[in-house]
Amino acid sequence: MVNNVISIHGLTVVRSGRPVLERLDLEIGAGVTGLLGPSGCGKSTLLRAIVGVQQVEAGAVNVLGKPAGSAPLRHRLGYVTQAASVYDDLTVRENLRFFARVLGCQDDEVARAVEAVDLGDHADAVVGRLSGGQRSRASLAVALLGRPDLLVLDEPTVGLDPVLRRDLWKLFHDLADQGAAVLVSSHVMDEAERCDQLLLMRDGVILAHDTPEAIKQHAGAEDVESAFLSIVEAAA
Amino acid sequence: MTPRITLAVAGRVLTQLRRDRRTAAMLLLLPCLLISLLWWMFDNTYGDPFNRFGPALLAMFPFIVMFLVTSVTTLRERSSGTLERLLAMPMGKLDFLLGYALAFGLVAALQAVLAVTVSVGLLGLDIQGAVWLLGLVAVADAVLGSALGLFVSAFAQTEFQAVQFLPLIVFPQILLCGLFVPRDSLPDVLEAVSNVLPLSYAVDAMTHLTLGTQTGQVWQDLLVVVAFALGGLALGAATLRRRTP
Repeated sequence: MVNNVISIHGLTVVRSGRPVLERLDLEIGAGVTGLLGPSGCGKSTLLRAIVGVQQVEAGAVNVLGKPAGSAPLRHRLGYVTQAASVYDDLTVRENLRFFARVLGCQDDEVARAVEAVDLGDHADAVVGRLSGGQRSRASLAVALLGRPDLLVLDEPTVGLDPVLRRDLWKLFHDLADQGAAVLVSSHVMDEAERCDQLLLMRDGVILAHDTPEAIKQHAGAEDVESAFLSIVEAAA
Repeated sequence: MTPRITLAVAGRVLTQLRRDRRTAAMLLLLPCLLISLLWWMFDNTYGDPFNRFGPALLAMFPFIVMFLVTSVTTLRERSSGTLERLLAMPMGKLDFLLGYALAFGLVAALQAVLAVTVSVGLLGLDIQGAVWLLGLVAVADAVLGSALGLFVSAFAQTEFQAVQFLPLIVFPQILLCGLFVPRDSLPDVLEAVSNVLPLSYAVDAMTHLTLGTQTGQVWQDLLVVVAFALGGLALGAATLRRRTP
Protein backbone atom coordinates (compact mmCIF):
# COMPACT_ATOMS: atom_id res chain seq x y z
CA MET A 1 0.00 0.00 0.00
CA VAL A 2 1.23 3.46 -0.87
CA ASN A 3 -0.27 5.32 2.07
CA ASN A 4 1.57 3.26 4.67
CA VAL A 5 4.06 5.27 6.67
CA ILE A 6 6.00 2.23 7.82
CA SER A 7 6.14 -1.12 6.10
CA ILE A 8 8.10 -4.04 7.47
CA HIS A 9 8.72 -7.34 5.70
CA GLY A 10 10.35 -10.40 7.22
CA LEU A 11 12.16 -8.45 9.92
CA THR A 12 14.44 -10.64 12.03
CA VAL A 13 16.53 -9.18 14.85
CA VAL A 14 18.88 -11.22 17.01
CA ARG A 15 20.24 -9.71 20.21
CA SER A 16 22.90 -11.50 22.29
CA GLY A 17 22.28 -14.73 20.37
CA ARG A 18 18.55 -14.69 21.06
CA PRO A 19 15.99 -13.87 18.35
CA VAL A 20 13.92 -10.90 19.53
CA LEU A 21 11.91 -10.51 16.33
CA GLU A 22 11.44 -13.28 13.77
CA ARG A 23 10.13 -12.73 10.23
CA LEU A 24 7.88 -9.89 11.35
CA ASP A 25 5.55 -8.31 8.79
CA LEU A 26 3.81 -5.08 9.67
CA GLU A 27 2.21 -2.06 8.01
CA ILE A 28 1.64 1.10 10.01
CA GLY A 29 -0.39 4.03 8.71
CA ALA A 30 -1.01 7.63 9.71
CA GLY A 31 -2.53 8.79 12.99
CA VAL A 32 -1.54 7.79 16.51
CA THR A 33 -0.52 4.14 16.75
CA GLY A 34 0.06 2.59 20.14
CA LEU A 35 2.53 -0.28 20.50
CA LEU A 36 1.51 -2.10 23.66
CA GLY A 37 3.01 -5.06 25.38
CA PRO A 38 4.84 -6.14 28.52
CA SER A 39 8.39 -4.94 29.00
CA GLY A 40 10.93 -7.19 27.31
CA CYS A 41 8.55 -8.19 24.51
CA GLY A 42 10.60 -6.48 21.79
CA LYS A 43 8.88 -3.08 21.59
CA SER A 44 12.07 -1.04 21.85
CA THR A 45 13.86 -3.32 19.38
CA LEU A 46 11.05 -2.86 16.85
CA LEU A 47 11.11 0.92 17.33
CA ARG A 48 14.90 0.98 16.98
CA ALA A 49 14.62 -0.99 13.73
CA ILE A 50 12.11 1.55 12.43
CA VAL A 51 14.40 4.46 13.35
CA GLY A 52 17.29 2.60 11.70
CA VAL A 53 19.63 2.35 14.69
CA GLN A 54 19.13 -1.39 15.24
CA GLN A 55 21.37 -3.96 13.58
CA VAL A 56 19.00 -6.31 11.81
CA GLU A 57 19.61 -9.89 10.76
CA ALA A 58 17.20 -9.98 7.84
CA GLY A 59 14.20 -8.27 6.35
CA ALA A 60 13.27 -4.85 5.04
CA VAL A 61 12.00 -1.83 6.92
CA ASN A 62 10.70 1.07 4.83
CA VAL A 63 9.77 4.40 6.35
CA LEU A 64 8.00 7.09 4.31
CA GLY A 65 8.96 5.12 1.21
CA LYS A 66 12.69 5.03 2.02
CA PRO A 67 14.84 2.35 3.69
CA ALA A 68 14.87 2.89 7.46
CA GLY A 69 17.90 4.85 8.66
CA SER A 70 18.75 6.26 5.21
CA ALA A 71 20.08 9.80 5.05
CA PRO A 72 16.95 11.56 3.66
CA LEU A 73 14.92 10.28 6.63
CA ARG A 74 17.19 11.81 9.25
CA HIS A 75 15.45 15.20 8.88
CA ARG A 76 11.96 13.77 8.89
CA LEU A 77 11.95 11.57 11.95
CA GLY A 78 11.71 12.46 15.65
CA TYR A 79 12.89 9.74 18.03
CA VAL A 80 12.70 9.49 21.80
CA THR A 81 14.60 6.66 23.46
CA GLN A 82 13.40 5.08 26.67
CA ALA A 83 16.08 6.78 28.76
CA ALA A 84 16.03 10.57 28.45
CA SER A 85 18.70 11.21 25.81
CA VAL A 86 19.54 14.78 26.69
CA TYR A 87 22.65 16.33 28.21
CA ASP A 88 22.28 16.46 31.99
CA ASP A 89 24.75 19.30 32.38
CA LEU A 90 22.98 21.66 29.97
CA THR A 91 19.75 23.57 30.53
CA VAL A 92 16.58 22.54 28.71
CA ARG A 93 16.94 25.48 26.34
CA GLU A 94 20.65 24.81 25.68
CA ASN A 95 19.84 21.19 24.86
CA LEU A 96 17.12 22.23 22.44
CA ARG A 97 19.26 24.93 20.83
CA PHE A 98 22.02 22.39 20.22
CA PHE A 99 19.74 19.80 18.63
CA ALA A 100 17.99 22.55 16.64
CA ARG A 101 21.36 23.62 15.20
CA VAL A 102 22.14 20.01 14.30
CA LEU A 103 18.80 19.74 12.51
CA GLY A 104 19.23 23.20 11.00
CA CYS A 105 15.82 24.47 12.08
CA GLN A 106 14.71 27.96 13.03
CA ASP A 107 15.24 29.46 16.50
CA ASP A 108 11.50 29.80 17.17
CA GLU A 109 11.27 26.01 16.98
CA VAL A 110 13.01 25.88 20.37
CA ALA A 111 10.37 28.02 22.10
CA ARG A 112 7.59 26.05 20.42
CA ALA A 113 9.01 22.72 21.59
CA VAL A 114 9.45 24.01 25.16
CA GLU A 115 5.82 25.18 25.16
CA ALA A 116 4.54 21.91 23.71
CA VAL A 117 5.91 19.84 26.59
CA ASP A 118 4.99 22.51 29.16
CA LEU A 119 8.53 23.13 30.39
CA GLY A 120 8.34 26.93 30.10
CA ASP A 121 9.02 27.40 33.83
CA HIS A 122 12.08 25.16 33.71
CA ALA A 123 13.57 26.16 30.37
CA ASP A 124 16.68 27.60 32.02
CA ALA A 125 17.12 24.85 34.59
CA VAL A 126 19.96 22.37 34.19
CA VAL A 127 18.40 19.07 33.07
CA GLY A 128 20.28 17.01 35.71
CA ARG A 129 18.43 18.86 38.47
CA LEU A 130 14.96 18.21 37.03
CA SER A 131 12.65 15.38 38.06
CA GLY A 132 12.50 12.18 36.01
CA GLY A 133 9.27 13.24 34.34
CA GLN A 134 10.64 16.66 33.46
CA ARG A 135 13.76 15.09 31.98
CA SER A 136 11.75 12.78 29.75
CA ARG A 137 9.67 15.77 28.63
CA ALA A 138 12.88 17.61 27.75
CA SER A 139 13.87 14.56 25.71
CA LEU A 140 10.44 14.54 24.03
CA ALA A 141 10.80 18.24 23.19
CA VAL A 142 13.96 17.44 21.19
CA ALA A 143 11.96 15.00 19.05
CA LEU A 144 9.42 17.72 18.24
CA LEU A 145 12.03 20.05 16.73
CA GLY A 146 11.65 20.66 13.02
CA ARG A 147 8.12 19.20 12.80
CA PRO A 148 9.04 15.64 11.81
CA ASP A 149 6.74 13.56 9.61
CA LEU A 150 7.11 10.55 11.86
CA LEU A 151 7.49 10.53 15.63
CA VAL A 152 8.77 7.35 17.24
CA LEU A 153 8.34 7.57 21.00
CA ASP A 154 9.53 4.81 23.31
CA GLU A 155 7.45 4.94 26.51
CA PRO A 156 7.30 8.75 26.67
CA THR A 157 4.60 8.92 29.33
CA VAL A 158 6.09 6.58 31.96
CA GLY A 159 5.98 8.03 35.46
CA LEU A 160 4.20 11.20 34.45
CA ASP A 161 1.37 12.84 36.35
CA PRO A 162 -2.07 11.91 34.91
CA VAL A 163 -2.88 15.50 33.95
CA LEU A 164 0.34 15.79 32.03
CA ARG A 165 -0.17 12.39 30.43
CA ARG A 166 -3.57 13.52 29.18
CA ASP A 167 -2.00 16.72 27.80
CA LEU A 168 0.74 14.77 26.04
CA TRP A 169 -1.75 12.41 24.42
CA LYS A 170 -3.66 15.48 23.24
CA LEU A 171 -0.37 16.78 21.83
CA PHE A 172 0.22 13.48 19.97
CA HIS A 173 -3.27 13.74 18.42
CA ASP A 174 -2.73 17.40 17.51
CA LEU A 175 0.49 16.42 15.74
CA ALA A 176 -1.32 13.58 13.96
CA ASP A 177 -4.06 16.01 12.89
CA GLN A 178 -1.35 18.21 11.40
CA GLY A 179 -0.25 15.25 9.30
CA ALA A 180 2.49 13.54 11.31
CA ALA A 181 2.38 9.83 12.02
CA VAL A 182 2.95 9.08 15.69
CA LEU A 183 4.09 5.69 16.97
CA VAL A 184 4.04 5.44 20.77
CA SER A 185 5.04 2.44 22.86
CA SER A 186 3.75 1.76 26.34
CA HIS A 187 3.49 -1.12 28.77
CA VAL A 188 0.50 0.50 30.47
CA MET A 189 -2.66 -0.96 28.97
CA ASP A 190 -4.92 1.92 30.05
CA GLU A 191 -3.15 4.16 27.55
CA ALA A 192 -4.49 1.97 24.76
CA GLU A 193 -7.84 3.73 24.63
CA ARG A 194 -6.12 6.94 23.57
CA CYS A 195 -4.72 5.52 20.33
CA ASP A 196 -6.27 5.49 16.84
CA GLN A 197 -4.68 2.14 16.10
CA LEU A 198 -3.30 -0.46 18.46
CA LEU A 199 -0.56 -3.02 18.10
CA LEU A 200 -0.59 -5.65 20.84
CA MET A 201 2.78 -7.33 21.14
CA ARG A 202 4.07 -10.28 23.16
CA ASP A 203 7.31 -12.27 22.86
CA GLY A 204 8.23 -10.52 19.62
CA VAL A 205 4.94 -11.32 17.93
CA ILE A 206 2.18 -8.85 17.00
CA LEU A 207 -0.99 -10.45 18.46
CA ALA A 208 -3.46 -7.89 17.18
CA HIS A 209 -3.46 -4.79 15.00
CA ASP A 210 -6.68 -2.80 14.85
CA THR A 211 -8.59 0.06 16.45
CA PRO A 212 -9.07 -0.28 20.24
CA GLU A 213 -12.84 -0.70 19.67
CA ALA A 214 -12.43 -3.49 17.14
CA ILE A 215 -9.89 -5.33 19.28
CA LYS A 216 -12.20 -5.25 22.31
CA GLN A 217 -15.21 -6.26 20.24
CA HIS A 218 -13.38 -9.10 18.55
CA ALA A 219 -12.18 -10.50 21.86
CA GLY A 220 -15.50 -9.85 23.54
CA ALA A 221 -13.80 -7.91 26.29
CA GLU A 222 -14.64 -4.77 28.27
CA ASP A 223 -11.20 -3.24 28.18
CA VAL A 224 -7.94 -3.69 26.26
CA GLU A 225 -6.22 -5.47 29.14
CA SER A 226 -8.87 -8.22 29.20
CA ALA A 227 -8.77 -8.36 25.40
CA PHE A 228 -4.99 -8.85 25.57
CA LEU A 229 -5.44 -11.69 28.06
CA SER A 230 -8.10 -13.48 26.06
CA ILE A 231 -6.03 -13.18 22.85
CA VAL A 232 -2.99 -14.64 24.64
CA GLU A 233 -5.09 -17.47 26.08
CA ALA A 234 -6.73 -18.20 22.73
CA ALA A 235 -3.29 -18.45 21.11
CA ALA A 236 -1.93 -20.77 23.80
CA MET B 1 30.47 17.17 6.83
CA THR B 2 28.57 20.36 7.70
CA PRO B 3 30.44 23.25 9.40
CA ARG B 4 27.21 24.35 11.15
CA ILE B 5 26.92 20.97 12.87
CA THR B 6 30.64 20.68 13.67
CA LEU B 7 30.52 24.11 15.35
CA ALA B 8 27.31 23.17 17.18
CA VAL B 9 29.05 20.13 18.68
CA ALA B 10 32.14 22.15 19.63
CA GLY B 11 30.01 24.90 21.19
CA ARG B 12 28.00 22.38 23.14
CA VAL B 13 31.09 20.60 24.51
CA LEU B 14 32.54 23.95 25.62
CA THR B 15 29.27 24.93 27.34
CA GLN B 16 29.28 21.62 29.18
CA LEU B 17 32.88 22.21 30.30
CA ARG B 18 32.05 25.72 31.45
CA ARG B 19 29.23 24.35 33.56
CA ASP B 20 31.50 21.72 35.10
CA ARG B 21 33.76 24.05 37.11
CA ARG B 22 35.78 21.29 38.72
CA THR B 23 36.77 19.75 35.39
CA ALA B 24 37.53 23.17 33.92
CA ALA B 25 39.79 23.93 36.88
CA MET B 26 41.48 20.56 36.53
CA LEU B 27 42.10 21.17 32.82
CA LEU B 28 43.55 24.65 33.24
CA LEU B 29 45.15 24.89 36.69
CA LEU B 30 46.39 21.37 37.39
CA PRO B 31 49.16 21.43 34.74
CA CYS B 32 50.46 24.72 36.18
CA LEU B 33 50.46 23.30 39.71
CA LEU B 34 52.18 20.07 38.70
CA ILE B 35 54.88 21.79 36.72
CA SER B 36 55.49 24.08 39.71
CA LEU B 37 55.78 20.98 41.88
CA LEU B 38 58.36 19.57 39.48
CA TRP B 39 60.36 22.80 39.62
CA TRP B 40 60.24 22.77 43.43
CA MET B 41 61.32 19.09 43.60
CA PHE B 42 64.58 19.96 41.82
CA ASP B 43 65.25 23.01 44.00
CA ASN B 44 68.18 21.36 45.83
CA THR B 45 69.49 19.38 42.88
CA TYR B 46 72.62 20.27 40.94
CA GLY B 47 72.64 20.64 37.19
CA ASP B 48 69.47 21.75 35.46
CA PRO B 49 67.03 18.82 35.68
CA PHE B 50 63.99 21.12 35.44
CA ASN B 51 65.04 22.11 31.94
CA ARG B 52 65.38 18.42 31.06
CA PHE B 53 62.03 17.25 32.45
CA GLY B 54 59.91 20.38 32.05
CA PRO B 55 59.42 20.18 28.26
CA ALA B 56 58.38 16.51 28.45
CA LEU B 57 55.77 17.42 31.00
CA LEU B 58 54.45 20.20 28.77
CA ALA B 59 53.92 17.56 26.08
CA MET B 60 52.33 15.06 28.44
CA PHE B 61 49.72 17.20 30.19
CA PRO B 62 47.50 17.94 27.21
CA PHE B 63 47.82 14.33 26.03
CA ILE B 64 46.90 12.69 29.35
CA VAL B 65 44.19 15.14 30.38
CA MET B 66 42.43 15.13 27.03
CA PHE B 67 42.66 11.35 26.77
CA LEU B 68 40.91 11.03 30.11
CA VAL B 69 38.30 13.71 29.54
CA THR B 70 37.41 12.56 26.03
CA SER B 71 37.17 8.87 26.85
CA VAL B 72 34.78 9.57 29.72
CA THR B 73 32.67 12.17 27.88
CA THR B 74 32.22 10.09 24.75
CA LEU B 75 31.46 7.01 26.82
CA ARG B 76 28.77 9.09 28.49
CA GLU B 77 27.41 10.02 25.05
CA ARG B 78 27.30 6.37 24.09
CA SER B 79 25.61 5.16 27.28
CA SER B 80 23.13 8.03 27.78
CA GLY B 81 21.62 7.53 24.31
CA THR B 82 22.56 11.02 23.09
CA LEU B 83 24.97 9.52 20.55
CA GLU B 84 22.27 7.22 19.20
CA ARG B 85 19.92 10.18 18.94
CA LEU B 86 22.54 12.33 17.18
CA LEU B 87 23.36 9.58 14.69
CA ALA B 88 19.64 9.24 13.90
CA MET B 89 19.78 12.97 13.00
CA PRO B 90 21.62 14.50 10.04
CA MET B 91 24.88 14.33 12.00
CA GLY B 92 27.97 13.21 10.13
CA LYS B 93 30.47 11.10 12.06
CA LEU B 94 33.15 13.60 11.10
CA ASP B 95 31.01 16.45 12.46
CA PHE B 96 30.87 14.69 15.79
CA LEU B 97 34.58 13.87 15.90
CA LEU B 98 35.84 17.21 14.63
CA GLY B 99 33.46 19.04 16.95
CA TYR B 100 35.09 17.31 19.90
CA ALA B 101 38.59 17.78 18.50
CA LEU B 102 37.91 21.50 17.95
CA ALA B 103 36.53 22.08 21.47
CA PHE B 104 39.31 20.16 23.21
CA GLY B 105 41.92 21.68 20.89
CA LEU B 106 40.79 25.13 22.07
CA VAL B 107 40.95 24.09 25.71
CA ALA B 108 44.38 22.61 25.07
CA ALA B 109 45.57 25.86 23.52
CA LEU B 110 44.42 27.74 26.62
CA GLN B 111 46.03 25.11 28.83
CA ALA B 112 49.29 25.38 26.89
CA VAL B 113 49.32 29.18 27.15
CA LEU B 114 48.91 28.99 30.95
CA ALA B 115 51.41 26.16 31.47
CA VAL B 116 54.03 27.77 29.20
CA THR B 117 53.53 31.18 30.81
CA VAL B 118 54.09 29.71 34.26
CA SER B 119 57.04 27.55 33.13
CA VAL B 120 58.85 30.24 31.17
CA GLY B 121 57.70 33.36 33.02
CA LEU B 122 57.76 32.25 36.66
CA LEU B 123 59.87 29.11 36.84
CA GLY B 124 62.58 30.11 34.41
CA LEU B 125 62.27 27.27 31.89
CA ASP B 126 64.70 27.98 29.09
CA ILE B 127 63.16 27.72 25.64
CA GLN B 128 65.41 28.43 22.65
CA GLY B 129 62.81 27.87 19.94
CA ALA B 130 59.61 29.77 19.17
CA VAL B 131 57.09 29.74 22.01
CA TRP B 132 54.14 29.74 19.57
CA LEU B 133 55.44 26.53 18.03
CA LEU B 134 55.50 25.01 21.50
CA GLY B 135 51.83 25.96 21.84
CA LEU B 136 51.11 24.32 18.48
CA VAL B 137 52.79 21.10 19.57
CA ALA B 138 50.73 21.15 22.79
CA VAL B 139 47.50 21.51 20.80
CA ALA B 140 48.51 18.62 18.52
CA ASP B 141 49.23 16.51 21.62
CA ALA B 142 45.79 17.35 22.99
CA VAL B 143 44.06 16.38 19.76
CA LEU B 144 46.06 13.15 19.79
CA GLY B 145 44.88 12.45 23.36
CA SER B 146 41.29 13.22 22.36
CA ALA B 147 41.47 10.95 19.33
CA LEU B 148 42.85 8.00 21.30
CA GLY B 149 40.39 8.60 24.16
CA LEU B 150 37.52 8.59 21.71
CA PHE B 151 38.72 5.36 20.20
CA VAL B 152 39.13 3.48 23.50
CA SER B 153 35.73 4.66 24.77
CA ALA B 154 34.23 2.18 22.30
CA PHE B 155 35.77 -0.68 24.28
CA ALA B 156 34.56 0.36 27.71
CA GLN B 157 31.13 -0.33 29.12
CA THR B 158 31.43 1.88 32.19
CA GLU B 159 33.31 5.02 33.17
CA PHE B 160 35.25 2.86 35.63
CA GLN B 161 36.54 0.73 32.74
CA ALA B 162 37.29 3.81 30.65
CA VAL B 163 39.55 5.24 33.35
CA GLN B 164 41.51 1.96 33.42
CA PHE B 165 42.62 2.54 29.84
CA LEU B 166 44.87 5.27 31.22
CA PRO B 167 47.42 2.85 32.76
CA LEU B 168 47.06 0.55 29.74
CA ILE B 169 47.46 3.05 26.89
CA VAL B 170 49.15 6.06 28.47
CA PHE B 171 51.57 4.77 31.13
CA PRO B 172 53.74 2.68 28.77
CA GLN B 173 54.07 5.73 26.55
CA ILE B 174 55.21 7.85 29.51
CA LEU B 175 57.79 5.23 30.51
CA LEU B 176 59.18 4.86 27.00
CA CYS B 177 59.02 8.46 25.75
CA GLY B 178 62.57 9.29 26.78
CA LEU B 179 61.75 11.00 30.04
CA PHE B 180 63.40 8.43 32.32
CA VAL B 181 65.96 6.90 29.98
CA PRO B 182 66.98 8.63 26.74
CA ARG B 183 65.30 6.73 23.92
CA ASP B 184 68.56 5.79 22.17
CA SER B 185 69.85 4.23 25.41
CA LEU B 186 66.83 1.93 25.75
CA PRO B 187 67.21 -1.81 25.04
CA ASP B 188 66.77 -2.34 21.29
CA VAL B 189 63.32 -3.90 21.55
CA LEU B 190 62.04 -1.11 23.77
CA GLU B 191 63.59 1.51 21.53
CA ALA B 192 61.75 0.00 18.59
CA VAL B 193 58.52 0.06 20.58
CA SER B 194 59.10 3.65 21.62
CA ASN B 195 59.62 4.51 17.94
CA VAL B 196 56.02 3.59 17.15
CA LEU B 197 54.46 5.34 20.16
CA PRO B 198 53.11 8.83 19.45
CA LEU B 199 54.00 10.40 22.80
CA SER B 200 57.72 9.80 22.02
CA TYR B 201 57.43 12.20 19.09
CA ALA B 202 55.45 14.73 21.13
CA VAL B 203 58.17 14.78 23.79
CA ASP B 204 60.93 14.89 21.14
CA ALA B 205 59.30 17.93 19.56
CA MET B 206 59.18 19.75 22.91
CA THR B 207 62.78 18.81 23.69
CA HIS B 208 64.01 20.05 20.31
CA LEU B 209 62.19 23.32 20.92
CA THR B 210 63.88 23.87 24.26
CA LEU B 211 67.34 22.95 23.05
CA GLY B 212 67.63 24.85 19.81
CA THR B 213 66.18 27.22 17.29
CA GLN B 214 66.27 24.68 14.43
CA THR B 215 62.65 23.91 13.61
CA GLY B 216 63.11 21.20 10.96
CA GLN B 217 63.13 18.32 13.43
CA VAL B 218 60.23 19.87 15.37
CA TRP B 219 58.04 19.99 12.27
CA GLN B 220 58.91 16.39 11.48
CA ASP B 221 57.91 15.25 14.97
CA LEU B 222 54.78 17.39 14.83
CA LEU B 223 53.84 15.76 11.54
CA VAL B 224 54.11 12.31 13.14
CA VAL B 225 51.92 13.41 16.07
CA VAL B 226 49.33 14.85 13.68
CA ALA B 227 49.37 11.64 11.61
CA PHE B 228 48.74 9.57 14.75
CA ALA B 229 45.93 11.95 15.75
CA LEU B 230 44.29 11.60 12.32
CA GLY B 231 44.70 7.82 12.51
CA GLY B 232 43.09 7.86 15.96
CA LEU B 233 40.18 9.92 14.64
CA ALA B 234 39.73 7.51 11.73
CA LEU B 235 39.70 4.56 14.14
CA GLY B 236 37.30 6.52 16.35
CA ALA B 237 35.02 7.10 13.36
CA ALA B 238 35.02 3.36 12.69
CA THR B 239 33.69 2.76 16.21
CA LEU B 240 30.80 5.20 15.73
CA ARG B 241 28.06 3.01 14.33
CA ARG B 242 24.65 4.28 13.34
CA ARG B 243 23.32 0.78 13.86
CA THR B 244 24.15 -0.99 17.12
CA PRO B 245 23.24 -4.50 18.35
